[in-house]
Amino acid sequence: MPSPATPPPRAASEHARARRRLKARALLLSPALLVICGLLVLPLCIIVVYSFLTPGTYGGVVWRFSTESYVQFLFERDLFDDTLAFSPAYLQIYWRSFIQALVATTACFLIGFPTAYYIATLPERKKYMWVLLITVPYWINLLIRTIAMLFLIRNEGPLNHALLFAGLVDAPLKIAYTNIGVGIGLIYTYLPFMVLPLYAAIERFDFRLVEAASDLYARRWTILRRVILPLAMPGVVAGSLLVFIPSLGAFIAPDLLGGGKNLMIGNLIALQFQGSRNWPFGSAAAVILMTIVLCALLVYVRQQSKARLRQLR
Amino acid sequence: MTPSPFKTLAAAALLGLVGASGPAQSAGKLNLYNWFDYLPQELVDKFSRQHDVEVTLDTYDSNESLLARLKAGVTGYDVAVPGDYMVRILINEGMLELINASEFPNFGNIPAEYVDVYFDPGRKYSVPYQWGTTGFMVDTAVYDGDIDTLAIIFNPPPELRGRINMLKDVNDVINAGLRYLDLERCNGNPEDLRRLSDLLNDAKRHWLSFNSDGAKEVLVSGDAAVGQIWNGFGMRARAERPSLKYAYPREGITGWMDNLVVLKGAPNLDNAKLFLNFMLEPENAAILTNFARYTAGVSGTEPFLDEEMKTAHEVNYPSSAPPPEFVPPCPDNVIRLYDRIWTNLLK
Amino acid sequence: MKPPRSRDLKRYPGFGAVTWACLVFLYGPLLVIALYSFNEIRSITVWGGFSLHWYAKAFNNELIQRSTWNSLVIALCAASMATTLATAAALAVIRHRRFRARETCIGIINLPLMVPEIVTAIASLVFFVLVGIPLGVGSIVLAHTVFCIPFAYLPISARLEGIEGYYEEAAGDLYADSRRAFRHVLLPMLMPGVLAGFMLAFIISLDDFIITNFVAGPGASTLPLAIYGLVRTGLTPEINAVSTLLLLVSVIFVILSCLLGRKRYPAGH
Repeated sequence: MPSPATPPPRAASEHARARRRLKARALLLSPALLVICGLLVLPLCIIVVYSFLTPGTYGGVVWRFSTESYVQFLFERDLFDDTLAFSPAYLQIYWRSFIQALVATTACFLIGFPTAYYIATLPERKKYMWVLLITVPYWINLLIRTIAMLFLIRNEGPLNHALLFAGLVDAPLKIAYTNIGVGIGLIYTYLPFMVLPLYAAIERFDFRLVEAASDLYARRWTILRRVILPLAMPGVVAGSLLVFIPSLGAFIAPDLLGGGKNLMIGNLIALQFQGSRNWPFGSAAAVILMTIVLCALLVYVRQQSKARLRQLR
Repeated sequence: MTPSPFKTLAAAALLGLVGASGPAQSAGKLNLYNWFDYLPQELVDKFSRQHDVEVTLDTYDSNESLLARLKAGVTGYDVAVPGDYMVRILINEGMLELINASEFPNFGNIPAEYVDVYFDPGRKYSVPYQWGTTGFMVDTAVYDGDIDTLAIIFNPPPELRGRINMLKDVNDVINAGLRYLDLERCNGNPEDLRRLSDLLNDAKRHWLSFNSDGAKEVLVSGDAAVGQIWNGFGMRARAERPSLKYAYPREGITGWMDNLVVLKGAPNLDNAKLFLNFMLEPENAAILTNFARYTAGVSGTEPFLDEEMKTAHEVNYPSSAPPPEFVPPCPDNVIRLYDRIWTNLLK
Repeated sequence: MKPPRSRDLKRYPGFGAVTWACLVFLYGPLLVIALYSFNEIRSITVWGGFSLHWYAKAFNNELIQRSTWNSLVIALCAASMATTLATAAALAVIRHRRFRARETCIGIINLPLMVPEIVTAIASLVFFVLVGIPLGVGSIVLAHTVFCIPFAYLPISARLEGIEGYYEEAAGDLYADSRRAFRHVLLPMLMPGVLAGFMLAFIISLDDFIITNFVAGPGASTLPLAIYGLVRTGLTPEINAVSTLLLLVSVIFVILSCLLGRKRYPAGH
């Protein structure tokens, strides 16, 4: 028996091993964390700082503290006398982007849910094929997918030619260069982002519950609403976020499909760093966008922990 | 990582895209930063061959984005092609290399009226590239009325509504609006600007899109029946859709001159100067003109020009139209006001 | 339970139709753009006969050649770095089940997925300018590496989850030191995950437009930038041809990556 003064050799080696493991873990983790913190978190902090500075006339910043960017976001300085008047101009842009993103997310859900459900209930072999089919567009260049859509729906494009030829319409449908065009573009580019998490959630689903519900004389659509949908909720939330966040900051679809006529948040930010050369205002717009996204993520985290609690119960 | 069949396969698949392997090595380099679709490959190759220089070409779509990129700290370009007022701004900002073009062997090819220009008297920083006008074109197959008025854009006849493309350029849009309202250029008067802003926001209902690089394509494809466009680009559009006609609005038209400049801290200063001198050669200026279809800022190009250039409506200024107006850079406060109107318009 | 009834219960009328419509919606535009890349005439709306000459034109386009080369170099560098970093991080996170800040670490690794791309783009631009990193191929590689990490991390960590810890323990019992245990036991089993992660990171880097658009410098035009430039000046069949090729590369990569990820058991050992 070892005396209490000298620790047991086993424990000592245990202790040394634990320390080695700790060192190994730090060594393995630190490069990735350093890179992300140094090249993403730090720059994001700089953006926050920049949003409180004064713009230089031809771009860049002047290191003088100012809240003008945030004031400008809500108010317009009068052209005459510098008095402030509430101006919804920029709020409108955010509101429009928000609505566009919301509509896109809802539409993606309405198309995505039946699709994910259908695939999840297929036999094993077919399932894999369908998942692959949905996954492939997910990885195809966003730019190319948007171009493909623009190509298809433009006034003189194949879709309108086909519709005219079939006699379904008298004049070409004006979809390209409108908000509807942007909406279709967003749905098209982000649909797989919705289907895949939904599928993952439904696939784990225990269909004996449906049988149980049906034995209790629940109707089909009631089962869908009351049993399946709540259980698929984590997938619904994840999918919605994956569609909503990129839609909110979308840049390519509004630019190419919207004809650059109606700004969305992404284009507003880009414009401040390109044409308008107002870096602080662009930074402020980015900070506000980030705040909205953070709120959406918080909802997600709360939902996740709620779901986990439910599982534990 | 150890090499794997997958990586080899992937590399092979992608190399297929490149066709040949990487870029070839040359004695010197030259990095050009030019407007999109504004320099024929033929000239790049010719310069490359003559001086054994490897040329890379990147493009931008407006004077403002050139300035924004340079201000953002983009370095490494040797030569850029800013418009007249932008040359002035770049000089004031100390972003150009002093080159004293008068020492160039080909300096004598620049006509006297293009030497002492308002933006660079004596040509210390720049040499002429092309000059032209910014007007608009109308598809006469869609509308055959009088097109020589800005009302086509700001108060369009029914058949043109919703089929108008504007250049994505704050100055081109605002100056056209100011002319239509018969107001001063570089206008800081709040009352005038309010009228302008109202006019633009009202006319926007009839506009299809804001697009500069696609200004030709929207007209050629027929998506737009009216489009703000630069005259040479318009001539190229007409080659593909003959029913297009360039307008000379009686309210006035913007004239501009693009210039070759060497950017401060250019890594290949000597090659940059060689290139500027090369472009002042009448034959080369003519090759450029035949491609871009504007007017050269160099004399002696006539023998090399296409027959078509001598009669084309876009480059031969009708005597009935008012002379083109060159708009100098506006004061800072006006630029700010313009930016606000512009963002407000696009919102 | 009567199997036919239970299967019937799972089905909902119309869901199959929606799924097929979804498939048509996803692939229709891509097929149309591919189809017109073979169009003989320049028109992008009228069919003028089969031809490959737009591909020839795309291959001979100097800008496309140069930017494809840039894209490949950038994607190769960024994906290699991201994969290395992600593999190390995954080993730490998955192999050490419980430690404080584990959730935070996973959060940070996945952070690039949460930030809207436009914000990442301007943040990177402002940062590079502020600290004086010249904009060019180097800056693009750095920016790409960051947002490729989570994409590489995903399949690697998934694979690692599937490998039981006792493989290493067994190796340890056979007196292999931990380095050798890693090299000869764990790494070969992990390899399919690492490869899948590399491929996804590669594709993500190859495809990126927004971030690249902001942090690119002289002569560092990538293929998406070149395509965007071409599109802005007008949709020509040349763009269809380049797009179709890039599409094909993506499809091949994704399918390979999926096949690798699907294999449950490591080959060899």
